[in-house]
Amino acid sequence: MSDLHQRSGRAVYVPGNDIDTDRIIPARFLKCVTFDELGPALFYDERFESEGASKGHVLDAPQHAGASVLISDVNFGCGSSREHAPQALQKFGFKVVIAESFAEIFHGNCTTLGIPCLKMAAEPRGMLADLVTQLPEAEMLIDLQTKTLIFANQSFNFDMLESSREAFLSGRFDPLDELLVAKSKIAEVAARLGNVSMSR
Amino acid sequence: MGKNLYQKVWDDHLVGTLENRQCQVFMALHLIHEVTSPQAFGMLKDKGLKVAFPERTFATVDHIIPTDDQSRPFQDEMADRMISVLAESTQTHGIEFFQPNSGSQGIVHVVGPELGLTQPGMTICCGDSHTSTHGAFGCIALGIGTSQVRDVLASQTLAMDPLKVRRIEVQGTLGPGVTAKDVTLHIIRTLGVNGGVGFAYEYAGPVIDQMTMEERMTVCNMSIEGGARCGYINPDQTTFDYLKGRERVPQDAAFEAAVERWASYASDADASYDDIVIIDGGEIEPTVTWGVTPGQAINVRERVPDPSTVSGLDQELMSDALRYMQLEPGAPIAGTAIDVAFIGSCTNGRISDFQAVAQVIKGHRVADGVRAIAVPGSEKVDAEARALGLDQVFTEAGFEWRLPGCSMCLAMNPDKLVGDEVCASSSNRNFMGRQGSATGRTILMSPVMVAASAVSGCVADARVVFGLEQSS
Ligand code: SF4
Repeated sequence: MSDLHQRSGRAVYVPGNDIDTDRIIPARFLKCVTFDELGPALFYDERFESEGASKGHVLDAPQHAGASVLISDVNFGCGSSREHAPQALQKFGFKVVIAESFAEIFHGNCTTLGIPCLKMAAEPRGMLADLVTQLPEAEMLIDLQTKTLIFANQSFNFDMLESSREAFLSGRFDPLDELLVAKSKIAEVAARLGNVSMSR
Repeated sequence: MGKNLYQKVWDDHLVGTLENRQCQVFMALHLIHEVTSPQAFGMLKDKGLKVAFPERTFATVDHIIPTDDQSRPFQDEMADRMISVLAESTQTHGIEFFQPNSGSQGIVHVVGPELGLTQPGMTICCGDSHTSTHGAFGCIALGIGTSQVRDVLASQTLAMDPLKVRRIEVQGTLGPGVTAKDVTLHIIRTLGVNGGVGFAYEYAGPVIDQMTMEERMTVCNMSIEGGARCGYINPDQTTFDYLKGRERVPQDAAFEAAVERWASYASDADASYDDIVIIDGGEIEPTVTWGVTPGQAINVRERVPDPSTVSGLDQELMSDALRYMQLEPGAPIAGTAIDVAFIGSCTNGRISDFQAVAQVIKGHRVADGVRAIAVPGSEKVDAEARALGLDQVFTEAGFEWRLPGCSMCLAMNPDKLVGDEVCASSSNRNFMGRQGSATGRTILMSPVMVAASAVSGCVADARVVFGLEQSS
């Protein structure tokens, strides 16, 4: 079961507090009926001029190409509940996000999509970010079981929302199948609450 | 020890506990719109699932709809396609869809309450963070992502961790010209944009008690901007009076029975809370944002903060925000020139918002060079405003009166800022690029403050411009 509790990959540090979902994926890219095309639009306005010229954002730095671990700062993913933001991260190639804290809805969306959100305090995170910037080619090894990650021979502790960690460890981060099991109990609650005379 | 509303509603809707110890919670009402649900219907189809409770699900279009000409097909092909997909999906699954020109279309958080779909004691969810608006009726109203929209469509339930509850008591009375918008901006400024993480906010105290339902919706709407998962106000006579006679609310004897049930959800007098915060309503002034989060706000008489007075990361954040907003540290915020004035959105696009502005704007003219638009939150708001002649008042003052939708709140439709234009906006988010231009600048404020700024051509104190101080 090692694949359930481990993640590995190269990392990139995108600094900033309160990085909101509109920055992660600008609203004009929300016009879609599937999420398939969102990857290239990740952080679009921070990465490109309006005419499409690169601003030399760290995500476009060649040494970070293919990174699958995103490190950022405080309150990552605040703003909208739209899943376009974690979807864009995932489609871009990110499998793990590390930050000091996460906005709640964003966190929940990430979990359902299978992206663990790791919480790490400012000091170790700063050290990790520095190391990642110096050693863009190095692989990070993340263990959700022990809540530690290894990078450049150094070990870092992180925290996780317990229910989300358990969901990953059991492989049941997508709750839908389990939600459907309770069919008769759901019908019971619905009946007890009664028809609120909403529909015509 | 008694229970608070959150606990009562949660317990009432609890289906069970999942293996990861999350709770499975039944959703009494599910609202959907064109941006976050087409993909969910796609996911259902992939899994071969049906909508479990179509009669508890309602759809509208709001985000992408143009506000000048709504005839189909829209100029924007993708926008048109999104509506078509929603129309098809709702038809396939037997979901009621408030189409444009049905008389009921509008912003999802305006439509639910005005039809009376939103009722006290409900769990409500919608693929939209400002679902917290519905908490004004004493609901646990949650914004959810698209995979969760899928979960709710398929099972009418959500997997959730329980929340803590913070009671925010707004004491005293508000001064003249101070509105519900100022209260909510002030709370966010005080507690921070992530001060509410992990919490449901219960708003209480004399200031909240005296608010109308529409004012309460403005307050609850922005709970999410303070990081709270949801916000609510205990149902009371004001709530019941608002609901009485609404289209989807039980009538006559059934209404009396419903009121009794609704009232029972209110927090007990001896309920416990995880945290209590007291705010002095008398200290709240008309509040405006200077930065790029709703928490970066000051009262209109204050000066823009100076990064040199703080250190470290705070300094960096402040400097970045000021650079983006092109504001001088230490300069008064009043007098900042504006290019656009926007009155609308699920925060402040209801009839009372337009009434409040109409009352003061008569005899004033929007300043030269300012583009001013008023966008009703729904077809019902639009109809009522027209019946009262408010559209006339706005038009005579130099505003454009538009058709209902989210419009420039997030500019997914053609209503956008251009370049680095500054917009005085009654909406809820001033994030970078929020209003459709990557360099556009948003200053959040109440509708009367937007009106005062529109006629002044710059950020201005409505109390001064409209002589509100004397009138009280
Ligand atoms: S008005 Fe703005 S905040 Fe409200 S639902 Fe529409 S886009 Fe979202």
